[in-house]
Amino acid sequence: MGSIESSFFDIGHLDALSSKDTPIHRVDPGVKVLTTIYFIAVVISFNKYDPAGLAPLVIYPVAIMTIGNIPFAYIMKKLLIASPFVLSVALFNPILDRTPVLDLGLFSVSGGFVSFASIAAKFVLTAGAGLALIACTGFDSICSALSRMGVPRAFTIQLLFVYRYIFVLGEEASRMVRARALRSFGNKGLGMTVYGSMIGQLLLRTMDRAQRIHLAMLCRGFDGEIHHAASSKIRLSDFFFLAGWSGLFTLLRLYNFPAWLGRELGRLI
Amino acid sequence: MSHHIVEVKGLKFSYPDGTPALNGVNFRITHGESVALVGANGAGKSTLLLHLNGYLTPQEGSVRIGDMPITKKTLKQIRQTVGMVFQDPDDQLFLPRVYDDVAFGPTNLGLPPDEVKQRTLSALALVGAGHLKDRPPYKLSAGEKRAVSIATVLSMSPSILVMDEPTSNLDPKARRQLIHLLSEFDHTKIIATHDMDMVLDLCSRAIVLRGGEVVADGTARDILNNRDLLDASGLEKPLRLQGCPICGNSDAR
Amino acid sequence: MHMADALISPAVGGVMLVATAGLTVYSARKLKEEIDDRKIPLMGVLGALVFAAQMINFTIPGTGSSGHLGGAMLLAVLLGPYAAFLTMASILTIQALFFADGGLLALGCNIFNMGFFPCFVVFPLIYKRIAANSPERKRILAAAMVASIIALQLGALGVVTETFCSNISDLSFKTFVLLMLPIHLAIGIVEGFVTASVVSFVTRNRPGVLQTAAEPSIGKQISIKPVLITLLIIAALTGGFLSWFASTNPDGLEWSIARSSVNKVLQSSESGIHALLSGVQKKTAVFPDYNFRKDETEESAKSESTQGKQDVWPSVSAGTSISGLLGGAMSLVLAGLIGFGIKTCQRRKPNK
Repeated sequence: MGSIESSFFDIGHLDALSSKDTPIHRVDPGVKVLTTIYFIAVVISFNKYDPAGLAPLVIYPVAIMTIGNIPFAYIMKKLLIASPFVLSVALFNPILDRTPVLDLGLFSVSGGFVSFASIAAKFVLTAGAGLALIACTGFDSICSALSRMGVPRAFTIQLLFVYRYIFVLGEEASRMVRARALRSFGNKGLGMTVYGSMIGQLLLRTMDRAQRIHLAMLCRGFDGEIHHAASSKIRLSDFFFLAGWSGLFTLLRLYNFPAWLGRELGRLI
Repeated sequence: MSHHIVEVKGLKFSYPDGTPALNGVNFRITHGESVALVGANGAGKSTLLLHLNGYLTPQEGSVRIGDMPITKKTLKQIRQTVGMVFQDPDDQLFLPRVYDDVAFGPTNLGLPPDEVKQRTLSALALVGAGHLKDRPPYKLSAGEKRAVSIATVLSMSPSILVMDEPTSNLDPKARRQLIHLLSEFDHTKIIATHDMDMVLDLCSRAIVLRGGEVVADGTARDILNNRDLLDASGLEKPLRLQGCPICGNSDAR
Repeated sequence: MHMADALISPAVGGVMLVATAGLTVYSARKLKEEIDDRKIPLMGVLGALVFAAQMINFTIPGTGSSGHLGGAMLLAVLLGPYAAFLTMASILTIQALFFADGGLLALGCNIFNMGFFPCFVVFPLIYKRIAANSPERKRILAAAMVASIIALQLGALGVVTETFCSNISDLSFKTFVLLMLPIHLAIGIVEGFVTASVVSFVTRNRPGVLQTAAEPSIGKQISIKPVLITLLIIAALTGGFLSWFASTNPDGLEWSIARSSVNKVLQSSESGIHALLSGVQKKTAVFPDYNFRKDETEESAKSESTQGKQDVWPSVSAGTSISGLLGGAMSLVLAGLIGFGIKTCQRRKPNK
């Protein structure tokens, strides 16, 4: 399967995951968006030398994925694919920062390694939370939620349109790529000039399609404004979700739970 | 009732780049008629259809829907009366869920939410797609997409249904279901098509276009049996009328 | 070059989100003025097209590596700056959500780096100047090349600045720049070729399309001054609030600022802001670990730890950390606004 097909398959798979019915799926989308954003904000506010403090926060993505029936392996695989840029930048930290900060008897750990661990942990937490969000909330509900939160309609409608036509265009693009590949007889790869005309062709066809869509919109009375259907109201349980999780994140940020745990355990031993 | 009449007089139209498309088209379609518009590719069928809801304006001649001329002011009403379904359903289904697309028309007409909901659900029921209302369009089969795109227009309660190649890209079963569905509508139907067998099943009247002009306008039966006319217009008789390849009966006349 | 959440601080993320939000609202409003409702479906499908096109890889001659179209410049040519900005923003949002390609809070940074620079800075100031609406192939190639290179350099610079100001990565400004800019120069050259190739194809086969697509029907001009001023105020408030929430090690920032002449300016502002903010800090003793670290530093104890105990480092000048961060964030916003301001002044000058 080419990379185009697999990417669209992936989006389709996430879409399918988001149409399950679990308690997490039933939470109001706007509430989930806000909770996730606050979660990410709290995670990245941690000091770069404090990877341990991040540990308890893993409860949020884990809870969402478990109750929401989202397969861990799938999310981990996506995280792995998305990690190269972050990890390569983060890899400089151990190289540049050699100051020993942790003495484990046999060897000492430098500040760079600690900060690397922190960045890696932050990545897993933030990207994981983001993927968990989309996996348990349909994209169009997210767009309605955004528009209720004040994001300009022009932008949310644009998001919906792009999402809608990604599959159509993906298919057109992959058909073209396949047709070219079948006539290439083992020659190495797609050259730039051919690529230019392929994209050019797709572009012209796409612009024609846009015109037809516009025609179809006009035929159904379109007058410049797209009125998207109003979504359901927020319930008490949604409020508790937001308040509860946000409270937990704030507490974990303010009070160093792992440190306390470590001390208590130290005392026991 | 006069508001179901489609009257085209002396319609002439050329594209901005000079290509002549329609060269004096005349016809009159009355309430409840089921008319097929046939012709080879490039004969002008799609161009003619686009005049029926005011998307294109005639350079000469006129188009009247009921007792209304097509002007800027009457456009909204015309487009509610004349429901147009296009060849590629992907061009008509542009919202996230089927329900949204079918509700688009009535919402734009300014109807109250309850009315919109009722119309949407009944339009979907009419085409047998009620169970698809929460699906995203990319997950529909070709037949389902076609049915839903018809629903998007039905929800506006048009009196006249105009369709461009409705059976293209459908597998035999889906095609049969569509023909059955259309036969149950009592709207005035104007269908541009190559599918001569569908014309035989569905339409009482046929208009043949060639080179932007009407070369024949009569009962479907007569026209579909006229081999020479069809041949000259780039068409063929319906397969059912072409004689049996197995038992060898020649073309019935 | 998509920024991840893990590499930015809340202050930087927040400021950039506010800046991008402002730009989004501004673009949406400008689009409304243009009264061209054909753009709505066009933006949608072009967005989908660029998204799909980014998945098709071509080989770069001579290097054997592969590349793909970025698309921002192409979109700007086809849609005009405002629509192109919104379209790029929508593509980046979908990439962030579905592929974790770029963080959610980092969206502000990414949209700024990959949308603002190409659409609002490079397209009007550079591409339009060189291409001048002419269908000549050479002109288009030159315009696309210069524009793509500069846009990508600016974007890369944005990434480096945002990373540096966040102070999560230990990379110094200089090193990171030396790493990013050459790579993005190469990417820019390739992007220039491909963009030129597509634009030429379109102009050859459908000559009128670029003219009608890009030039908006002139409506009432919104004065950009109130928008700029509002952005400045919001950014300042947000920067101040969010850096109160953050706690990072600013040593690197301090050190490199000390080497540049900007140092003098920031020092004076530091003392004023520093005093104010330490006062705020003292009152809000709610951040125990922050204060905890500060106390340890004053004792300058050697690092030592048992399992789970908070770790401590020598020579953290925590006192100036907030002000340093704020200074960094503000300089970033200022840079962006200066760019905006230049653009406005250019537009004010009588056009040919």
